[in-house]
Amino acid sequence: MTEIIVVTSGKGGVGKTTTSASVACGLARRGKKVAVIDFDIGLRNLDLIMGCERRVVYDFVNVIQGDCTLKQALIKDKRIETLFVLAASQTRDKDALTTEGVRRVLDELIADGFDYIVCDSPAGIEKGAHLAMYYADRAIVVVNPEVSSVRDSDRILGLLASKTQRAEKGESKVQEHLLLTRYSPKRVAIGEMMSVDDVKEILGLDVIGVVPESPDVLSASNAGTPVILNPDSDVARAYDDSVGRLLGETLPLRFLEEPKKGFFARMFGG
Amino acid sequence: MGLLDLFRRTPPTASLAKERLRIIVAQERSSRGAPDYLPLLRREVLEVIRKYVNVDPEAVQISVEKEDGQEVLEFSVALPEKAAG
Ligand SMILES: Nc1ncnc2c1ncn2[C@@H]1O[C@H](COP(=O)(O)OP(=O)(O)O)[C@@H](O)[C@H]1O
Ligand SMILES: [Mg+2]
Repeated sequence: MTEIIVVTSGKGGVGKTTTSASVACGLARRGKKVAVIDFDIGLRNLDLIMGCERRVVYDFVNVIQGDCTLKQALIKDKRIETLFVLAASQTRDKDALTTEGVRRVLDELIADGFDYIVCDSPAGIEKGAHLAMYYADRAIVVVNPEVSSVRDSDRILGLLASKTQRAEKGESKVQEHLLLTRYSPKRVAIGEMMSVDDVKEILGLDVIGVVPESPDVLSASNAGTPVILNPDSDVARAYDDSVGRLLGETLPLRFLEEPKKGFFARMFGG
Repeated sequence: MGLLDLFRRTPPTASLAKERLRIIVAQERSSRGAPDYLPLLRREVLEVIRKYVNVDPEAVQISVEKEDGQEVLEFSVALPEKAAG
């Protein structure tokens, strides 16, 4: 059985691509065969985060338009044996993606025995975002603890419940999970930032992970190494826990509190 | 929290964010799947009411409720404390 997971949010710049890359790596590292697809047509980015930008020859739209085979377009990860990337095209023609085209690519991946297909959604609620979620079995809704992000994600929940194949066919609902990222326990503690419980209460979703705000994410994208592969990072641990929960493990949430600091650091903040 | 934090204290606003979101999300959820003309209807109703009373846009709420299998259009208009004509 192949599971199709969409990573979506409504709002841009909240951490969808970061999450897609890390979740795909995390699943693959646990032995699953994983394809991660960039649906952000015209604004290809996942290839950079995955560190395979110089190996893109063919892209998603090329496959759909029959310029190449899916095999030719899938980029095999150099670190993890069972991980493959399908890049977005840089064409500005957003109509290049079609429902039937996407279906064909997904069907071929399913026939190839992939365990997971991770769809990195573009921002917005237009065609690209719609297609990224259309065939999903599960949705990871990426949210920042900030008003516009929370509101936009609620709109996405509305679309997941009405504009997906599962909704249209009256099948069981797309399974929705909340992934709260760029979380700053310190700011939550002093009432400057909404807590995970606040956001959970407003959206009424189960929490698959809470990822702290950290400079490690920028370092990872600079290097083209998904942050989950950084063994010294709390962000990596938080993403790996999320992957575990996705696979059905029951794990307590971590990194909800500020790391304990020494006396000197406590006195002078920072 | 360190000593320095005490000096650069901004007022805590998380609870404000939560309260505002609670209201707007509930409102947007209730209008989901409602007829497309609702926002326009609301605007026009507001204009008509404003010919008589100067109400705030917030004061006019329109929603579609389901009651015994029937769809009911609900209006509510909160008048200002002292209705100025
Ligand atoms: N946990 C985090 N801590 C700090 N910065 C983050 C974190 N997650 C994402 N970012 C930063 O936020 C920006 C947007 O991330 P990205 O994954 O590209 O978002 P999206 O795909 O939703 O547009 C990037 O600059 C990324 O480095
Ligand atoms: Mg992105």
